[in-house]
Amino acid sequence: MKKNKISEALVEILLRISAGASVLAIIIITIFIFYKGIPLILKVGIVDFLFNLDWSPTRGSFGIGAMVIGSLAVTLASLVWSVPLGIMTAILMAEIAPHKISGILSRFVELLAGIPSVVYGFFGLIVIVPFIRNHLGGVGLSVLAGAIVLGIMILPTIINISRDAIAAVPEEYKVNSLALGATHYQSIGKVILPAAKSGIITAIVLGLGRAIGETMAVLMVTGNSTAVPDSLLAPVRTMTSNIVLEMGYAAGDHQTALFATGTILFIFIVILNLAVNISMKAGMEDGN
Amino acid sequence: MSVLKREKTFSLILLGALLLMSLAIIGCGGSEKQDADSQGESSELSGSITIAGSTSVQPFSDVLAEEFMVKYPGTQVNVQGGGSSQGITAVVSGTADIGAVSRELKDEEKAENLKEYNLALDGIAIAVNPANQVSDLTLEQLKNIYLGNITNWSEVGGSDAVITLVNREEGSGTRGAFEELVMGEDAIADYAIVQNSTGAVKTIIETDKNAIGYISLAVADEKVKSLKIEGVEASADNVISGQYKISRPFIYITTEEPTGLVKAYLDFVLSDEGQAIVVEEGAISEILK
Repeated sequence: MKKNKISEALVEILLRISAGASVLAIIIITIFIFYKGIPLILKVGIVDFLFNLDWSPTRGSFGIGAMVIGSLAVTLASLVWSVPLGIMTAILMAEIAPHKISGILSRFVELLAGIPSVVYGFFGLIVIVPFIRNHLGGVGLSVLAGAIVLGIMILPTIINISRDAIAAVPEEYKVNSLALGATHYQSIGKVILPAAKSGIITAIVLGLGRAIGETMAVLMVTGNSTAVPDSLLAPVRTMTSNIVLEMGYAAGDHQTALFATGTILFIFIVILNLAVNISMKAGMEDGN
Repeated sequence: MSVLKREKTFSLILLGALLLMSLAIIGCGGSEKQDADSQGESSELSGSITIAGSTSVQPFSDVLAEEFMVKYPGTQVNVQGGGSSQGITAVVSGTADIGAVSRELKDEEKAENLKEYNLALDGIAIAVNPANQVSDLTLEQLKNIYLGNITNWSEVGGSDAVITLVNREEGSGTRGAFEELVMGEDAIADYAIVQNSTGAVKTIIETDKNAIGYISLAVADEKVKSLKIEGVEASADNVISGQYKISRPFIYITTEEPTGLVKAYLDFVLSDEGQAIVVEEGAISEILK
């Protein structure tokens, strides 16, 4: 028994060190991102940095406006189709499909989540981009191509979390709704979905977070031009792509401008996380 | 009992993992030290030199330095980037032994009494899809295409199709050379597709029959069509003779007559062996032809 106590203590210490290390990593990364990025933002001016549409760092013009618009455009366009599709799939899996089929579907969704993003990007470049170029016009590398690839990538996040939220709705809600004469679909639409609302919102926001942070796949299919896109078929550059694209050779202010892009991205993600927390909290209060 | 047993196994696994990790860390440190020791012992040439400058020359310097250090164990050649101008500054100020420059020296730089060693020549091919009917452009037409003034292939003798402009990312050496040799002070149109590798540029040109892009002459192959510029074919011979306009020299510079390790390195670079490496890495050698 004494031996057990010692190993028990060792495990506890190990767990504490691990937790401490990850917290420390987050703190160090945060400090580093701000330390590297803030000086340039201050030098250029936050308004100019965020809203100036001209990005020519080697000529001394540092405006990521086109990239902010680009990130938002690609992300929102991907949510437009993947959110309805994801939620409907989640409803099917949690409420309608027989247990066996729902299990099989669940395996497929897991598989979808496990594919590396570069593979999605390659698929987009070889299949989706030429399809858009040949059938819809433009150069193919476009907002639309990014939205399609990103949408597929965030489907697992949306499906899994929405399904859990729907499955977590107390059985009595459904039973009572059915007892009052509502049909199965009426119960889903009027009782179960409203009850799972906060979980579904969390799913959407996490999907949004993944979409805005995704880099490799987007970089490969969106063309990365620095102009503001004027249509879904126009090429576009996101903030994440901007960093990866130019990181290789950047020096001096150019390099700090890339860090500053990261700082802005970091702030975006923090705001999204806060939104998730708020929506989860609201959900808990609803539950009470 | 079974729960306790499982916990014990779990903790043992955790401890094992920790031990392995620490062993790995110690292992790495040890081997590095050994390497340094064995290098220090075995050769007459020793010491270290630093090369700084053009990021276009950097990949060549990296490989040359590697081969040099294999040939002369005990020597250390450090290769840094920074850009051509910084390379000159570094050599003049003494922070680097050799400066790397990927353009002709300016007059005020020549006035610094620098010694120049032509390492290689670099040409840039203007690549289009093999299906493209256009096969010759003037420098003026090329510039106007990249400025966004010419947007349709029919304006330069091709079919009626919108040009897909492909550009490299800011900071890329190839882009720097293209801007310097073709664009002058003017900026490339911002709607151009941007890709951050030669491979990615080629992929787009191979798959989009209306695309135009620029790549290093050495990597241009039959999968893309290299355009003639001002009627001159993009070839190594035409770069050496100076007829092909979109080309530039790779130059090593020093402040004084090189001695010791710096001389040994420059001799190696300019030898047939060194030049063969340069050619293999994609530049054009004047010495080997």
